[in-house]
Amino acid sequence: MNLDLFIENFADLLDETDPDTIHANTHFKKLNEWSSLVALSVIAMIDEEYDVEFRGDDIRNSTTIEDLFNIVKSRVE
Amino acid sequence: MAKITFQGVGIKALSACVPSDIVSNKDLGYLIPEEEISKVIDNIGIVERRIAPDDVTASDLCYSAAQRLMQDNGIAPDSIDVLIFMSQTGDYRIPATSCIMQHRLGLPKSTMCFDISLGCSGYLFALSTAFAYASMEGINRVLLLDGETFSKIVNRRDKVDWPLYGDAGTATLIEKGDYGSSTFILNTDGCGEDAIKIHAGMRNPVTADSCVEREQEDGNVRNDLEVFMDGMDVFNFAISKVPKCVKQLLSETDHTIDDVDYLVFHQANRFMMDFFVKKLKIAPDRVPYCIGKYGNTSSTSIPLTVASELNGRLDGDHTVVMSGFGAGLSWGAALLQMRDCKVSPVFDY
Repeated sequence: MNLDLFIENFADLLDETDPDTIHANTHFKKLNEWSSLVALSVIAMIDEEYDVEFRGDDIRNSTTIEDLFNIVKSRVE
Repeated sequence: MAKITFQGVGIKALSACVPSDIVSNKDLGYLIPEEEISKVIDNIGIVERRIAPDDVTASDLCYSAAQRLMQDNGIAPDSIDVLIFMSQTGDYRIPATSCIMQHRLGLPKSTMCFDISLGCSGYLFALSTAFAYASMEGINRVLLLDGETFSKIVNRRDKVDWPLYGDAGTATLIEKGDYGSSTFILNTDGCGEDAIKIHAGMRNPVTADSCVEREQEDGNVRNDLEVFMDGMDVFNFAISKVPKCVKQLLSETDHTIDDVDYLVFHQANRFMMDFFVKKLKIAPDRVPYCIGKYGNTSSTSIPLTVASELNGRLDGDHTVVMSGFGAGLSWGAALLQMRDCKVSPVFDY
């Protein structure tokens, strides 16, 4: 699994946030655009791109985009 | 595995009634920042909802729908053998609302009446029960009433639930006849019991404290008699189970998605349904939506969508798939060979 591609997939979900400001260590819940609906898009993206089930607690317990990536990675492998 | 196939029974007629009071999601400024409201409406696809007044219950809406169905189709009350009331917002804890409806609708005392209680998957479970009874010797007609008034169990300061739910009541008449085969696949996973829940009940007895509103997660307000939903867990559940269940149903009945004339989803929210459409690669014009004007009406949303969007479109033979999912967790899908189903348009209470 590629972290850069995961970050790109994450950035694609956002309409108003400059993709160049999204990095592995971005605290995604602090983004102005973050909302419960964006959270649903993240779950949908992870299902579609990685075929991984992602629960509410996975998002609640993550801080950075890399945290999300690591959970997905642990379930893909 | 609960996979059930019926022959020679089908839906003869269907009707739906909604409260006349309209609540617009554009007026949610007290709950959601004004600048986010239009985005929320776009995402959940719910512009407005119908909300029942305090003195109108799910059974009142179902009663009106049943009256309309019987009038429009010349159905004599004494021809009904079984009445099923499917709801989580029945009139009383005791007795079962179906008994009250038997008397109110003037059905004979020989009518078998019982209630079914399930969340948003409930219509399919109740419909399969109706099909099962209608298949038996001695039973010809089953009247299934499915109605919900979630407005009575959702806190208006709960920003997860309040923008979603609307109220409605429906009636579906199931009977023996010249119908092709109908197949149901019904599933349950109780490990997800916490995803959608009202805490107060018998496990956690109702006390005066149960009525006290408290600020909960993310600033949402509710008391213990009001519904809680973990939106992310429910979404994860739905996207991982619903498309697979529909695909399994199609494969086990030797159909492809192109054979389906209409695929009626439980109207959970638009974002979720659009995801299913994409995942199942079904032509969007075969997937009716009524969520924009009625919101999520829980188990009632499938028959409400049929009444709202498919009235006049079910003459002749049609292959219709229905998919429901929700609290329990509980989910299922049905493939129905429908024939000349008489659908009365939605009307106001």
